[in-house]
Amino acid sequence: MALLQISEPGQAPDPHQRRISVGIDLGTTHSLVASVRHGVAECLPDAQGHVILPSVVRYLPDQGRQIGFDALAAEAEDPENTIASVKRFMGRGLTDIAGREKLPYRFVDKPGMVTLQTRQGEKSPVEISAEILATLRYRAEDTFNDDLYGAVITVPAYFDDAQRQATKDAAQLAGINVLRLINEPTAAAIAYGLDNASEGIYAVFDLGGGTFDISILRLTRGVFEVIATGGDSALGGDDYDRALADWVLQQTGLQAITPEDKARLKAAARAAKEALSATESVAIEAHLTLGFAQFDVKKSDFEATTSGLTTRALSAVRKALRDARLTRDEVQGVVMVGGSTRMPQIQQAVADFFGRAPLNNLNPDEVVALGAAIQANQLAGNDAAGDLLLLDVIPLSLGIETMGGLVERIVPRNETIPTAKAQDFTTYKDGQTALALHVVQGERDLVADCRSLARFELRGIPPMAAGAARIRVTFTVDADGLLSVTAREQGSGVEANIDVKPSYGLSDDQIATMLQESFTTAEADMKSRALAEARVDADRMLLATQSALDADGTLLNEDERIAIADLMKLLGSTLATSQDAKMIEDATTTLAKGTEAFAAERMNHSIQKALAGKDVTTI
Amino acid sequence: MNLQSSDFELFHLPPQFSQDRALVDARWKELQREAHPDRFAAQGGAAQRAAMQWSVRINEAYQRLKDPLKRAAYLCELHGAPVNAEINTAMPPTFLIQQMEWREALEEARGLPALEDLAKQVEKARRETLAACAQLIDQLQDYTLAVAQVRALMFIERFAQELDGRLDACHDELDPVGKGQ
Repeated sequence: MALLQISEPGQAPDPHQRRISVGIDLGTTHSLVASVRHGVAECLPDAQGHVILPSVVRYLPDQGRQIGFDALAAEAEDPENTIASVKRFMGRGLTDIAGREKLPYRFVDKPGMVTLQTRQGEKSPVEISAEILATLRYRAEDTFNDDLYGAVITVPAYFDDAQRQATKDAAQLAGINVLRLINEPTAAAIAYGLDNASEGIYAVFDLGGGTFDISILRLTRGVFEVIATGGDSALGGDDYDRALADWVLQQTGLQAITPEDKARLKAAARAAKEALSATESVAIEAHLTLGFAQFDVKKSDFEATTSGLTTRALSAVRKALRDARLTRDEVQGVVMVGGSTRMPQIQQAVADFFGRAPLNNLNPDEVVALGAAIQANQLAGNDAAGDLLLLDVIPLSLGIETMGGLVERIVPRNETIPTAKAQDFTTYKDGQTALALHVVQGERDLVADCRSLARFELRGIPPMAAGAARIRVTFTVDADGLLSVTAREQGSGVEANIDVKPSYGLSDDQIATMLQESFTTAEADMKSRALAEARVDADRMLLATQSALDADGTLLNEDERIAIADLMKLLGSTLATSQDAKMIEDATTTLAKGTEAFAAERMNHSIQKALAGKDVTTI
Repeated sequence: MNLQSSDFELFHLPPQFSQDRALVDARWKELQREAHPDRFAAQGGAAQRAAMQWSVRINEAYQRLKDPLKRAAYLCELHGAPVNAEINTAMPPTFLIQQMEWREALEEARGLPALEDLAKQVEKARRETLAACAQLIDQLQDYTLAVAQVRALMFIERFAQELDGRLDACHDELDPVGKGQ
C-alpha cells in the first residue's frame, strides 16, 4: 500500500496513534520479544513471568501443539514430534545439516529445504518457526491489548539469502508485518552502544545456540556502520553439548541407539555444560536403552574436548579483522552476545585474543531482542527524535556461474547494503534466444563449492549473431539483505525479473494456503478481525492521502487531482456502507495504486530537497 | 540534483582526485541519514522504492569516491578517457619487467621478512603511481596519460592482493591460536 503521508522522517502521522512495534530474537535454543515502553526497551514476559520462550515446538496427538517450556519438558519422551533448534534447518537442504544422523528427527529430503515428518504430517522449518513467532506475536498483542503494527526480526549476520528469505516467510506465515530483518550482532551493538553512548571501533562476538557471528562496527554519533562481518552459521552452544555427549559415550563405551536416548543424553550434556560454568566438576547421568551412563566430567575435560570449536570461532574473528583492515589493538571494546558466551573458556579465549576483558554488562540472552526493539520503534515512526542509522553489509559475496563452472563475483562481501550491481552478458551462439543464469553465494571460486540460490532463464531474446545481444543483469540487495535479480536485453527491452526465492519453492499462494491451514482461529473471529483491520487501513489511507494533497497538491495537474478525489470518494462511500472486509480492502488498494505515482514523486522531491540542502561545510 | 548527478555533485565535493577521506565518510553518512529506506519504513511501497534507489545510488558513489583507484578511473571516464582494462592491456616494457621481477620475488620468498620487504616495495610503487595520478588529473588535466597510470595501479593492486594472501597464510602459520600480536 502506498501510504502518502510524508511527515518528518521518524514521526508518526498522529501522535496519539502509537504503533505497536516489537523486536523479535528468533533464536536456535530460545526466542524473545521486546518492545520500547515509556522510552525504554524491555523484554515482554508471558503470563507466567517468563521472558524466554524455548524455541521448541511439539506436535500433539490431538492436532494441538505445545510451544516453549511445555514442549521442552516433553523433548525426551516424544523426541520425533518435538522439534528443537529448528533454526538450523531454515533454508537448508538435507545434506547441509551437519550431524543430522545424531538428531532424533525424521527428515524428508526436499529440493532446497528439508521437511520433518511428525505425527501431524510433514512440517517445514518455515512452518515450525512460524509457530514460535506467532506465540511471541500473541504475547505482544496480549501485553498491549492491541494489534501488532510490525516487527524487526533478527537473523545471524552470516545467514545467506535462503536462510533470510525463510525467516521472512516464517514471519509472514505468523501474520507479522516485517519492518526489517537485521543482523543479531548489529542489534546487540544498538542496545549496547545506545546504553553506553560509545564511539569508536567495536567487535561483537555472538555465540548463540546454533550460530556464531563476529561483526566489526564503527560507532559515530548514532550511526552504526558495520565494517566487516564473518562467522559460521553452523557453530554454536549445541555443538559444545554434542561434543560433550560424544565424549561421554566414548568414555563409558555406551551407545545412544534410540531417539529418546539421543534426546536424554543431549539434555544431560547441556545441564553439565551449564553447571561447569560455575563449578570444577559435575556428574553427568542419563538412562539409556543399553545402560545407565554415569560419568564425572571435569572442567578441563570439557575444555579439551571442545577446544577445536573455540579455535574455529577465533579463526573467523581473525578473518573479519583482516577484511576490515584493522588490527586487534584498534578494537576499543568487545561485546559478548548469546548464552554460549557464558562459558568461561570462551570469555578467556576472547580476552586473550584481544588483550582486553570483554564487555558483559548487558544480559547476553536479551541484548539482541532489546536492540531490535529500539530499531522497530524507530522504523514504526514512534520515535520522532531518534537519529539511529544502521549501515549494514552483505555477509557473503554474490556471483553467477560462468563457463567451466567458475564463479564471476558481482557483489563482494562486506559491501554496504542496499546495493545494486549491473553486469553485461552476451550470447555465444548465432540465433540464440534464451540465456540461463545461475546465481550463487559464497567465497569460493568453483560453483560447486558455493551455495546455489537460484537458476532462471531469460527468454525471447531476438535472434542475432553470436555476441551481438547485450544482456544487462542487475543484482539488487535490499536493506533486509535479500537479493532480487533483473535481466534486460538492451536492444529489444525484453525483461526478466525474479526474486531469489524459488530455490525452495514457496510461492505467495502456498504461503496463503499454509496460513489458512495452520491457524485455526475461529472463523467468525477471523472475519470480524479482518473487517476491523480493513477499516483501520482505509481510514489511514484516506487521512494520509488528504494530508498529502494539502501539502503537495501543487505537484499534480487538474486531471490527476480529480482522479484521486474520485478514488477517495469511492473508498469513503464503501467504508460507510459495506460490512465486507474484501470490498473495503479492494477500494483501499485502488486508491493506493491510483496515488502511487504521486507518492513516488513526493518522495523524490523530499529526498532531493534534503540532499541539496546539506552542504559539507555544515556537517 | 538527481539520480543521474555525478558522484562529486551528489557528495558536494570538488571533482578532483585529491580528496579528504574523513570528509567523504562524513558526507556519506549524512546523505544516508536523509535517504536510507529505514527513514521511510512506515511509509509504504512507493516511498520505500524511491528511498532504495537513492540509497543504492549514494552507496555506489561512496564505493567509487573512497577508493583512489576507482576514483581516478571514474574521473578519466568523466573526461572522455575510459580505462577499458579488458581491451587495452598494452603496458610499457619497463613496467612489465618490474611486474615480472615482483612475481619471481613472490615465488621465491620464504618467511615473513622476505614477504614484508616485497610489501614495502609494492607500497612504495603504489604511492608513487597515486601521486602521478594526482598530478596528471588535478594539475595537468591530462586524462590520456592518467589512464595509463590507472592501468598500472590495477596491476599493482592485484599483485598486492596476492601478496596479502601469502602474508596472511604466513601469519596464520606463526600464530595458529591467535594469542600473540
